[in-house]
Amino acid sequence: MNDRGMSIIVKTITGPVKVLIFLFGINVILFGHLTPGGGFAGGVVLAGSYVLLMLAFGKGYAEQNLPTSLASRLDCIGALLFATVACLGAILAGSFFVNFLYQRYLPGRLLDLVSAGTIPLSNLAIGLKVGASLYLVVVMLSVFGKDTADKV
Amino acid sequence: MVLFYILLAFMIIAAIIAIETRDLLSSVVSVSAIGFIGSLIFLILQAPDIAITQIVVEVLALIILIRATIARDLTTIAEGREFFGTVVCVAVLLVIALATVRAADALPVFGRPAFASIEGSPSQIYLRQGSRDTGAANLVAAVILDYRAYDTLGEATVLFTSIIGATAILRSRTVKALQEPEA
Repeated sequence: MNDRGMSIIVKTITGPVKVLIFLFGINVILFGHLTPGGGFAGGVVLAGSYVLLMLAFGKGYAEQNLPTSLASRLDCIGALLFATVACLGAILAGSFFVNFLYQRYLPGRLLDLVSAGTIPLSNLAIGLKVGASLYLVVVMLSVFGKDTADKV
Repeated sequence: MVLFYILLAFMIIAAIIAIETRDLLSSVVSVSAIGFIGSLIFLILQAPDIAITQIVVEVLALIILIRATIARDLTTIAEGREFFGTVVCVAVLLVIALATVRAADALPVFGRPAFASIEGSPSQIYLRQGSRDTGAANLVAAVILDYRAYDTLGEATVLFTSIIGATAILRSRTVKALQEPEA
């Protein structure tokens, strides 16, 4: 199996397409409280852009762009951010997961980007978490599959 | 509605192909065809949130499965089936099918969920007060991140724990494989 990536056609197309996929993922995450989508779907799209990079240019290139140590750190940051938002609700408004930003500090207007209080923050956290962890899953499983194939 | 039945028939055909084909790669492709048609059905039923999630997860799962299939180099399965196993399978499936037919009688009419007719049920309250309570224009986001945020926390915890487990189990091999230059 050629691990250094695919043909020149795939590599050339991947150049602009990966940017579009990444931006689409960010769009889906940031506008999750206004349009269909949200943290989970956007995170999977973000992971998909790096998986495309990995398939087209080989594992080493993707590893240079997003090392697995950084990915696992992003995963933990996302989980921590989500838990922090939940705990801040408990501290500032007296109840776990209460939408304290919307109810007390930053009501915002319906259909504005800055609205809905903690929901965009939670979307961001889940997007980070899901994107990083799904990228890790793909890296781990592809290495695992190759390893066992070599042995058999 | 006709389109809906056509798509359902396609799903069943794809499932049968996925089970019956001897080639592992075409089996994987058939399984993902089921997922793509499922996403189309969600779109027709006006559930774009779940349609987006379904299609992106399906693409990623397809990539993982195809890579795993190609790496294993085990692309055809040519074993026959045991007679006893087939009989047990058919018997169990018959029992489940009978139970399903009985249960389907109790279901509400398609497109008219039971909660729509009960006054003061949660879904009606969400629809009426959702954007006022949470300020979110997308009611799905309002439900999963405000009303039902505990579910999302549980889901995130499941994902986090499974990633930790996978990383811990596959760690030594991964580190070894990543340190080899372009191995």
